[in-house]
Amino acid sequence: MTIQDMIRILNARVLLGEDKLDTPVYTACCSDLMSDVLAFVDEKTVLITGLTNPHVVRTSEMLDLKCLVFVRGKVPTQDILDSADEQGLVVITTKLTAFSACGMLYQEGLRGVPVPVEWGAEDK
Amino acid sequence: MEELIRKSYPVAQADYVSAGHASADIKRTLKQLGVGGDVLRRVAVASYEVELNLVIHSLGGELTLRVLPDQVELISADCGPGIPDISMAMREGFSTANDEARSLGFGAGMGLPNMKRNADTFDIQSTVGVGTTITMGFALPS
Repeated sequence: MTIQDMIRILNARVLLGEDKLDTPVYTACCSDLMSDVLAFVDEKTVLITGLTNPHVVRTSEMLDLKCLVFVRGKVPTQDILDSADEQGLVVITTKLTAFSACGMLYQEGLRGVPVPVEWGAEDK
Repeated sequence: MEELIRKSYPVAQADYVSAGHASADIKRTLKQLGVGGDVLRRVAVASYEVELNLVIHSLGGELTLRVLPDQVELISADCGPGIPDISMAMREGFSTANDEARSLGFGAGMGLPNMKRNADTFDIQSTVGVGTTITMGFALPS
């Protein structure tokens, strides 16, 4: 799947990075907890979030992310968009809720970041 | 061992606006030195987490980057308040962060475990009323 495909599936609006929409997307992570994002995500992942503060962009910078998706039609302030632009991020926004956006992307074949899902001995 | 680079960044208590600037500079500095890939990503994540910890939890402190021929070192030293129970603080999900930190997407109790997971060596020393020092090492490929 490419970012362009995501835009079609989510009926999203492009805020930044119109020239990079053919970038492939391999996995997705949906979270408002940046610490969870920092724990599990790599640069091939698109971040879907409802949080629009500067730390979303700084977290993306640390992880070399390529694309941010804001849900419920949220648009970050211009200073945040400017710093995303400096990093060359593609930023899109969809009217869908996080749950619906994830469901539609999953249905079209996009999957989450691989994390262990089995309970281990340390969980007992 | 010969120190190639040493840079220190003061980090102020509750300065959420600037939080992340030191880590961004650390990442840029290492990139210019030719450090890349997995090591750069792990240093960036750990430094961002430790910088945020200084902002959220400490009374202020300093983050230091040291580059040696065979490893990158990050040292975070603060002037309090110290951690009463380190084993509790190292648990995923345990957090004493305030609402402001949580509203920004932090304080999920992942900071210290994230640092430990990303660093090749991790040491934490803390004395209540004195402060906390965290030292992390990241081996550079030869």
